[in-house]
Amino acid sequence: MSFADHLPVLAVLLPGFTAILLLLLGDGEARRVWTRRIALASVLLGAVFAYRLIEHAATGELSVYRLGEWPAPFGIVLVVDRLSALMLALTSAIAVPVLLYATGGWDTHGRYFHALFQFQLMGLNGAFLTGDLFNLFVFFEVLLIASYVLMTHGLGRERLRFGTQYVVLNLAASALFLIGIALVYGMTGTLNLADLALRVPMVQAPDAALLQVGGLLLLVVFCFKAALVPLSMWLPGTYAAASAPVAALFAIMTKVGVYAIWRIHGMIFGAEAGVSAFTAQPFLLPIALITSVVGVLGALAAHSLPRLIAWLTVASVGTICAAIGLFSVDAWSAAMYYLVNSTLVIAGLFLLSELVSTQRGAMGDRLEPCSPVAQPVLLGLMLLLAAASNAGLPPMPGFIGKLMLLQAANDHPWAVAVWAVVLVVGFFTLVGLARAGSILFWSVRPDMPAGSRSGSSPALLLATVSLLFMSVLLSVLAAPVQRYTAAAALQMTDRDAYARAVLGEQGGPAADTTRPYRIPQDPNAGATR
Amino acid sequence: MMMISMEALVATGIGFVIACGIYLLLRGRTFPVVLGLTMLGYGVNVFIFTMGRLWTGAPPILTAGPDVADPLPQALVLTAIVIGFATTGFVIELALRSSHDNDSDQVDARHDQPSAQIAQVAPSSSSSNPPR
Repeated sequence: MSFADHLPVLAVLLPGFTAILLLLLGDGEARRVWTRRIALASVLLGAVFAYRLIEHAATGELSVYRLGEWPAPFGIVLVVDRLSALMLALTSAIAVPVLLYATGGWDTHGRYFHALFQFQLMGLNGAFLTGDLFNLFVFFEVLLIASYVLMTHGLGRERLRFGTQYVVLNLAASALFLIGIALVYGMTGTLNLADLALRVPMVQAPDAALLQVGGLLLLVVFCFKAALVPLSMWLPGTYAAASAPVAALFAIMTKVGVYAIWRIHGMIFGAEAGVSAFTAQPFLLPIALITSVVGVLGALAAHSLPRLIAWLTVASVGTICAAIGLFSVDAWSAAMYYLVNSTLVIAGLFLLSELVSTQRGAMGDRLEPCSPVAQPVLLGLMLLLAAASNAGLPPMPGFIGKLMLLQAANDHPWAVAVWAVVLVVGFFTLVGLARAGSILFWSVRPDMPAGSRSGSSPALLLATVSLLFMSVLLSVLAAPVQRYTAAAALQMTDRDAYARAVLGEQGGPAADTTRPYRIPQDPNAGATR
Repeated sequence: MMMISMEALVATGIGFVIACGIYLLLRGRTFPVVLGLTMLGYGVNVFIFTMGRLWTGAPPILTAGPDVADPLPQALVLTAIVIGFATTGFVIELALRSSHDNDSDQVDARHDQPSAQIAQVAPSSSSSNPPR
């Protein structure tokens, strides 16, 4: 095997080994320069890996990495299709600027920031690449455990308060995740995603009912991770309490839930799944639309800038999941395009919010009149750019994404609802951000001492600008990106090609005879006394 | 004499443990909540275990005989136990730290008695300490 064949596993191992190295190196003041260099070098190398993977995935060929050369349904596989590669590239695109920002000072506010950051990346990359449902759980846990510590990075009352709730809620969700996995395994006898794609259509009533219960339990868990109403209540407080670079990194974390919904309910429980086809359809679209509306209402009511952005995260996740809930290739393509843009913009906004609040002096991030910021033109333009992109004003990519979504929803029975919600949410997003912007930059009180620019070094500004620049780039390169997302969406609907690539000759129905547990023909066949 | 099947017995047991877990999880203080999470974890682990079906006298490896037990759920349970153990340790530590810093044992860091003065003296504004 050549080096390129090992890229999928390297994308997971690189942050893992970097984290271990950073732990061994220690966290002292003397070694800080080196820990920063190693961490930055590692994320840059990770970006190169992600670029190579997306380049290969763009050809349409699925790369399958079988760990230890065990054939697919028995061993563990990593699968890179277009969507996985896109998510991996997005993770890198967020990680590099955010880490650069964190090296500007946040990493000194607590211990082992860089090691935890790398563990979080390992969990994210693993979750996007894995081809196994139980491994998805394991990588979820890896990224969650890292996020528990990152969330409380810098300590303080608010962070510990929201951190405790965040951890407890996530542990409860993990228990549900395991029950869902166990039910799916109990009904199909496999956890390999490709094998599931073949076996879920084969399950007949009455077993299919239990299988669907398992699938819907997984939907509850993923909706919790993605922060869909009514399971979104944890997000605004948590993200607002976390330090700026951590909140920016968490912008991709909700998208792991979105990705999992896509993979499990879009593909495996999607079209052509026999009795269990479209298990999530009656729930996903209404929930997602309500989430969008609730998110934007929260944004209008927010009293601080980070909370406003956190609520906008909820609103954007709602829009993405509404597009997934339409279950059509065009809508999925729109969802991918919109997902990439909204993640970049929201990460940029979280970083920007701290730049603004450190320059404002007494009021900090609260949305109340205060002394003017030291760099009103630069920061104001950045906020304007991000607001236009998030609300969906032309020619920003947010507009293109929403336009694709509206076009895709045209023939759907819910078209009126989708159009109304997307447009109204876009309008109120703009209102919310315009309100914030006018308070922050125009509603100044000259009687208060002027803000200093001590909080914004060139590195911090560069990190924030580069996130917003990537969003602009997404608009400039709209045509090739759209071609990629359209092909990725089409690939997601082809379960047979996925199964063929992963299982090869040995898998699928041929593997049935060597399997210790078979799908029982008789409902009572599993019973014994 | 009526025989209760093993499935019914195990299912009832899992249901009872999970019900206890959920009850404790809904308490306000962190210690019962942690206990609830642990109970929930136990219930879930046994549940995963039973998804390989309950067999008696069946070997966990492939043989010529008709009955073979499924070893995979046992491997899954091991992983789930390890992860559950680690996270429980972490949540206890976090709860201790939170109760120390926030002066409250409640999960949402609210004060039990109406001692609103404490909250007024020190408004929580630690969320925005600037870098450097």
